[in-house]
Amino acid sequence: VTHAPGWLAAVSLAAGLAAGFGYAPREAVQGDVQRIMYLHVPSVLTAYLAFGLVLLGSIGYLATRRPGWDLLAGAAGEIGVLFTGLTIVSGSIWGRPTWGTWWTWDARLTLTLMMFFMFVGYLVLRGAVTDPALRARYSAVLGICGLVLLPFIHLSVYLFRTLHPMPIVLKPSAPSAPPAMVITLLSSFAVFTLLYVGFVMQRYALGEASNDA
Amino acid sequence: VSYARRAWIIFHKDLLVERRSKEQTNALLFFCLLLLFLFQFALGPDRERLASALPGLLWLGFILAGLLGLGRSFLAERENDCWEGLRLTPGDKSAIYLGKLTGNCVLMTAVEIMLVLLFALFYNVDLWTPAAPLALVLALGTLGLAAVGTLFAAMTTQVRAGELLFPVLLLPAQVPVLLAAVSATQALLLGQPLADVAHWLKLLAGADCVYVTIGVLTFEFVLEG
Repeated sequence: VTHAPGWLAAVSLAAGLAAGFGYAPREAVQGDVQRIMYLHVPSVLTAYLAFGLVLLGSIGYLATRRPGWDLLAGAAGEIGVLFTGLTIVSGSIWGRPTWGTWWTWDARLTLTLMMFFMFVGYLVLRGAVTDPALRARYSAVLGICGLVLLPFIHLSVYLFRTLHPMPIVLKPSAPSAPPAMVITLLSSFAVFTLLYVGFVMQRYALGEASNDA
Repeated sequence: VSYARRAWIIFHKDLLVERRSKEQTNALLFFCLLLLFLFQFALGPDRERLASALPGLLWLGFILAGLLGLGRSFLAERENDCWEGLRLTPGDKSAIYLGKLTGNCVLMTAVEIMLVLLFALFYNVDLWTPAAPLALVLALGTLGLAAVGTLFAAMTTQVRAGELLFPVLLLPAQVPVLLAAVSATQALLLGQPLADVAHWLKLLAGADCVYVTIGVLTFEFVLEG
C-alpha cells in the first residue's frame, strides 16, 4: 500500500513530461524555456502543501501527543525542503535566459529562499534533539512559527515591486493562457501532488520503521 | 497571584539581576562600539556609501546584539536549575513568556538607544529630525525581534549546540521584520514623512501581533517536560 502512490506518481510523471514537452504549445516570447513552468509552479505548490502538512502535524501533535503526528510533520518537512529546493533551482534555470541572471534579490525569490532556510532550520533542530518527546514538542513549536510566515510571503508579492510573473490560473479573472497550457499545468499539479503523497508516505513508513528498531 | 503579577515578578527578577550584575549591558555596549569599528573597516571612509548603507548597518547591529542578548534569556535558569522552578509555577505559563519578553525588550531598547546615539555621533547623521517616527519603527522592530527570540531562546537553551542553533532558527524568522524595519528606517533617514512608510509599519505591526500571539500560545509546550 505504501508503494502504490509512488508507482502511480512515476507513471504519471512520465505522462506529465510528455505533456509538458509535446502537448503544450511553445510560448511565443520566451520560447521553450517557458516549459520549465510545468515543473516550477507545481513544485512550489507542492512545497506549500508540504508545509501545510507540517503545520497540521505540528498542531495535531501538540493537541493529541501522538508520535504519528510528529512523524508526519517531520516527513512533510523533508519533502517540503526538497520541493522548495526544486522550485529555487528550476526558477534559477528559467531566470538565466529570461532575466539574464541566475538570481535576483527580488522580494518573492528572497522570501522563498527564506522559507527554504526556515525549514532547513526545522530539519536541523530535528537533528539536534535526541529525546523523541522533546524533539516532537520543539519542532512542533518551530513548525507553527515557520508556517505563520507563509502569509507574509504571499502578501509580499503584492506589497513590493517584483520581477516575478504574476499568477496565471489562481487569480480572480479568467486564466490568461491558451487552454493547452492551462491543461498541462493543471495536470502537472496533479502529478506533483501524487509524487508528494508518495514521498510523504515513504518517509513516514521509514520513520516508523526506524522508531521500531 | 494574578497573571499580570506573575509576569511582573519574572520581569522584575530579571531586571534586578541585570542591574546588580550588569553582566549583559556592559558587554553588549562594548560589543556595539566594536561593531561600529568593524562597519567602518568594512565600508571604508567613503561618506556617500556609508550614508546609503546606514539603515542596514544599524539593524545589523541590533540583530547581532540581539542574537547575543536574547540567546542568553534563559541561561541563568538553566545554569542554576531554576528551569524546574519555572516549570512548577502554577497557572498559565505564558505569563513567564510575557515577563521574559518585557525584560528582553527593555534590555534591547537600552542597547539600541546607545547604538543609535553612537551611530549619530560617529557617522555624523541627523537622527534628531526623524526621532519620533524612528522611535516607533525601532519599538515595533524590537518587539518583533524579541518576541521570536525569547521563544526560540527557551528552546535552544535546552538543546545541544543550542547557541549555534539559535541564530540559525531566528534569522530566517526575522526576515519580514528586518525587511520592513530597514526599509522604513531608510525612508525616514532620507527625510520622508511617516505616511510614506505606513505600509511597512503595518507589516511590522502585523508581524509583531502574530509573533507575540504565537509565543503566548506555544510557550507552555516549550517549558514543560
